[in-house]
Amino acid sequence: MPHIIVENLIKTFHIAQRQPGVWGALRGVIHRNYREIAALDGISFAIEPGELVGYIGPNGAGKSTTVKVLSGILVPDAGHCEILGRVPWKERIAHVARIGVVFGQRTQLWWDLPVIESFDLLRDIYRVDPRQYGQTRDELIALLALEDLLDIPVRQLSLGQRTRCDLAAALIHRPAILFLDEPTIGLDAVAKLAVRDFIKRLNREQNITVILTTHDMDDIEALCTRVMVIAQGQILSDGTLEALRDRVTKERRLIVDLEGTEDIADPDAHVILRDGHRVHLAFDPDRIPPAELIARITAHHPVRDLFVENAPIEEIISRLYAENR
Amino acid sequence: MTNALRLYVHYIGQSVRSQMQYRASFLMLSLGTFFQTGIDFLAVAALFARFEHIHGWALPEVAFLYGLINIAFAFADAASRGFDLFGIMVRSGDFDRLLLRPRSTALQLAGQELTLRRVGRLLQGSIVFLWACHTLDIAWSAPKVCLALFAIFGGACLFVGLLVMQATLAFWTTESLELMNTMTYGGVQTAQYPMTIYRAYFRKFFTYVVPLACVNYLPALAVLERSDPLGFPVVLRWIAPIICIVFLVVALQVWKIGVRHYRSTGS
Repeated sequence: MPHIIVENLIKTFHIAQRQPGVWGALRGVIHRNYREIAALDGISFAIEPGELVGYIGPNGAGKSTTVKVLSGILVPDAGHCEILGRVPWKERIAHVARIGVVFGQRTQLWWDLPVIESFDLLRDIYRVDPRQYGQTRDELIALLALEDLLDIPVRQLSLGQRTRCDLAAALIHRPAILFLDEPTIGLDAVAKLAVRDFIKRLNREQNITVILTTHDMDDIEALCTRVMVIAQGQILSDGTLEALRDRVTKERRLIVDLEGTEDIADPDAHVILRDGHRVHLAFDPDRIPPAELIARITAHHPVRDLFVENAPIEEIISRLYAENR
Repeated sequence: MTNALRLYVHYIGQSVRSQMQYRASFLMLSLGTFFQTGIDFLAVAALFARFEHIHGWALPEVAFLYGLINIAFAFADAASRGFDLFGIMVRSGDFDRLLLRPRSTALQLAGQELTLRRVGRLLQGSIVFLWACHTLDIAWSAPKVCLALFAIFGGACLFVGLLVMQATLAFWTTESLELMNTMTYGGVQTAQYPMTIYRAYFRKFFTYVVPLACVNYLPALAVLERSDPLGFPVVLRWIAPIICIVFLVVALQVWKIGVRHYRSTGS
């Protein structure tokens, strides 16, 4: 039984168009023209318990609208959605008690209160049993290394510290599903790694279903077994990262560090970047197996070092967007 | 219900603690409101120094009305700060967070803040009220004390209801509605004087639409044992504040309609 079932969700926003100038503003009071924007244009998918799904798409594609519908904030115009057996917008209170949501840019903690006091308030808001609360809280404090932050008012925390506290806050009531909206935005490298590490452990050890929206493809690569790509309210692709790559382009990169700075000319590969001794080549592994290409190049050029990698995920995604525009 | 009350108390306790982190600011703002509202009363007193009576009401009697309504408003104003800030929350998207928690949005907003600096108005209103009681030499009895407390409670409900309605409008418009201020702040000013001095349409508005008279003029008639030239039934003097509790319940229903609208339009 999937945790989340979404069938043919449709949501259209009516945006009031403003007329320019004072006269336009006055006319707007009496009569307004509305522009319709199809934020969700027939979205369907199912997510099994314990999946860690990346949900990506350009700005305005419908990512946050989907999250808002799934978390019970927004009521869609049409379509069906069932999460843990409930329709989110029909049973908001029962539904939200079973999910956790983290917005990377906005904290849910109380600005002027010490972190631990925010946790205590959430305990009462979610009616968590006191004994279970103590246990969950201590686990989260240990896992996220919050020990030294507990007595500090939230406004004095760094963004990285705050994000860790926000993750704990979203899990105090032991939700079965966690929605993460750009959890690593604005974080430094160390903090990003800590957050990713935690999400991975949480998903693996406690089998929490995670839905992650992000613009950071490293998040996707590090965490997600499955990626859904949305653009203009429709799902363009849904599957593993490898499947997505294969669908869009099989292109590989061969990066070669030469002894000299000569040019490399090969009929099956083209140079995409030159940087001193380093040459970046792109090739199609179906046309030429990587081993053969490497053999040919090392035969003609003295090579210090070389390695093969996939096309960066950002490129794959932007090609996918471009194809569907 | 008891669980909701417990949560509310927890919320308020934390709000008070947060505000106590800025103690100097609290003291100065409270003093500010105290003097600001104090000047307000001096203006009323100045008026009576000139005319002595207005429609048969002397200064101490008007002070009774003044104290009653200002105490009620101070409580309401302190308790509904969350609704005051609500327009900003909608625009910033922070209101979504309230919808993500398994509690009613009204409870969460009410718990947002208990604004302590409003104590300035409370203090000032109480002083005027006590002075009025002392000067008037009222024959206090248990029913009269209860009625005064009932009137204050009803008044607070009425103002909270008005502030909830004002907040509800933010679901439809981003403009701050000055119109509603004329009913809250304007209502306080209006209720400081006996209803008899106003024109009929104005009086009817503040009796039947925004039932200010029910928590001020009418109970005051009972406590002060005055005759009523407007001819309201005597029993109304004792039970009228109930109408303001109903007013709050209605306002909360309208609020629910607003939340439903928000959840279907997302703005």
